[in-house]
Amino acid sequence: MTDQTGIIVAEGAVAQEADNVGQAQSLTQEAWRELRRNPLFIISLILIAIFLVMAVFPGLFTNTDPAKATLKLSATPPSADQWFGRDLQGYDVYARTIYGARASIVVGVMATLCTSLLGVIIGTLAAFYGGILDTLVMRLTDVFFAIPFLLGGILFMSTFPNTVNSGYWSVVSKVVLALSILGWPSIARLMRGAVLQVKPNDYVQAARALGASPWRIVRSHILPNAMAPVMVVSMINLGAFIAAEASLSFLGIGLVSPAISWGVAISDSLSLIRTAPWILIFPSIFLSLAVLAFIMLGDAVRDAFDPKGR
Amino acid sequence: MTKYIVRRLLQMIPVIIGSTFLIFAMVFALPGNPLAGKCGERPCPPAFVEKFRADHNLDDPLPIRYVKYLGDLAHGNFGTTFQGLNVLDELQKRYLITVKLAVIALLFEAIIGVLAGVLAGIRKGKFIDNLVLVSTLVVISIPTFVIGSLAQTIFGVKLGWFPVTTPSKPGWYDLLLPGLVLGSLSLAYAARLTRTNLAENLRADYVRTAVAKGLSRPRVIGVHTLRNSLIPVVTFLGADFGGLLGGAIITERIFNIRGVGGYIFQSINSRDGTAVVGAVTMLVIVYLFMNLLVDILYGVLDPRISHD
Repeated sequence: MTDQTGIIVAEGAVAQEADNVGQAQSLTQEAWRELRRNPLFIISLILIAIFLVMAVFPGLFTNTDPAKATLKLSATPPSADQWFGRDLQGYDVYARTIYGARASIVVGVMATLCTSLLGVIIGTLAAFYGGILDTLVMRLTDVFFAIPFLLGGILFMSTFPNTVNSGYWSVVSKVVLALSILGWPSIARLMRGAVLQVKPNDYVQAARALGASPWRIVRSHILPNAMAPVMVVSMINLGAFIAAEASLSFLGIGLVSPAISWGVAISDSLSLIRTAPWILIFPSIFLSLAVLAFIMLGDAVRDAFDPKGR
Repeated sequence: MTKYIVRRLLQMIPVIIGSTFLIFAMVFALPGNPLAGKCGERPCPPAFVEKFRADHNLDDPLPIRYVKYLGDLAHGNFGTTFQGLNVLDELQKRYLITVKLAVIALLFEAIIGVLAGVLAGIRKGKFIDNLVLVSTLVVISIPTFVIGSLAQTIFGVKLGWFPVTTPSKPGWYDLLLPGLVLGSLSLAYAARLTRTNLAENLRADYVRTAVAKGLSRPRVIGVHTLRNSLIPVVTFLGADFGGLLGGAIITERIFNIRGVGGYIFQSINSRDGTAVVGAVTMLVIVYLFMNLLVDILYGVLDPRISHD
């Protein structure tokens, strides 16, 4: 046993020397090199960049006022003057679609950040320490998780209802809060499962035998090998959250008119699907593209950071 | 094993209490007065108000109201709505429909999803892999209510293959299209999850050993690799059944199905707490049993995870 440990240590030292001599490359550097060559990554980054700029400076993309209704032009089909046509109220669909990016992007990004952070921390702690902590956390996630996502969201939004005077940001943060409170248990469970699978592996045992601190074991050995599923699901979740925001609008309890968002635009136009499809199609395409961009980004990042994928 | 199951059943009790209390507290906090508009265009007579509030325990503080509710529940009494309707009767009718819907969706995603995931996983980087990836991406990126409305318009209205709306006592065929719509999003997740895990496990040492032993490729993939790769998928599917029941609300709304989701939504809007809590309690119990089932399956799929 001691001999083996000695060999491992010796090998480690040799490897380290080799690293110092050759071009030292951390996993991150290598992953970054890999990513830069991946066309999907570039495309999704460009898309995300466009959507982010759209969310922050919508005025760069259009001069039309999204709140200016010309009722005479109600439901005009797309033309050279109004690229995406006009909706039932005579609003310019293109301008509405550009200005609608903000709500979806903010909700998706904020909700994903909150759920992932909470889920990873809680899931890792539960799996790593096990015992009573694990039991407590699992029962807590059960309590939250047992409540169906959408119904929990509906109940949350109904308990703290919007009034006519509710500001844009107060509604948005309520939606983010609802999604985060209901979303973290799924990430925590996934993370716990992944850590449980990684924990009995030899390299974790070896690190422990070498006297690594729990923080070091988790950070250097468990997290890099257990993050792949959470990263994929988080990125997919970002899309799901954007869609969930739209769903809440569809049910009439998320953002509602006069707020401008893709969800509001889509749900308002569903009844016109056969008579004026362009009112539905353009916001849907933008929503789907945003979701798509985040999923592709998630896929690319996972493939790059997974050493087993090389 | 029996000991494990008994312990898990006992563990369910705090979860049921915890989640129903959470729902109860949120319903309790719902703004609005259940008596508003109850007596037409005049305020309700004081005697009626008093009896109504006493019948529904409206004047008790939250914990006492909750304990009273739990007491009734323990006797199998789900209470009555503010309209005086028996909640349990209504729930039975509604659940029959929504469970049917969710079963269609679950079968659809388990069979097609895993199949697509396996095909993509074993031919990673090839045409079929890209096809599966792109089509799942398309499904994930379009919101359910757009897919639902499109499917209804195309397959229901234009082509006439499926009924556009659903009768009050729907058969399996009436629920087929809604079920496929409901399952489509989870199908995409299941396919991608299977693909990721299968592709990762195909490079594992035990797979190389199995190949080296001279086992046939179907056996290596079907028995050795798939069994291990299915663990996250089974977790996902098991937890998803409860999600499908609750998440059916959008599909139910589009296809005019009188299921649980719609009942809860309608009851939240009419501030009918008893109905909401009763319906959600059932959802919670279904969800917990599915989870127990998944955990038992864990041990079957991966003998390293033992329950003793």
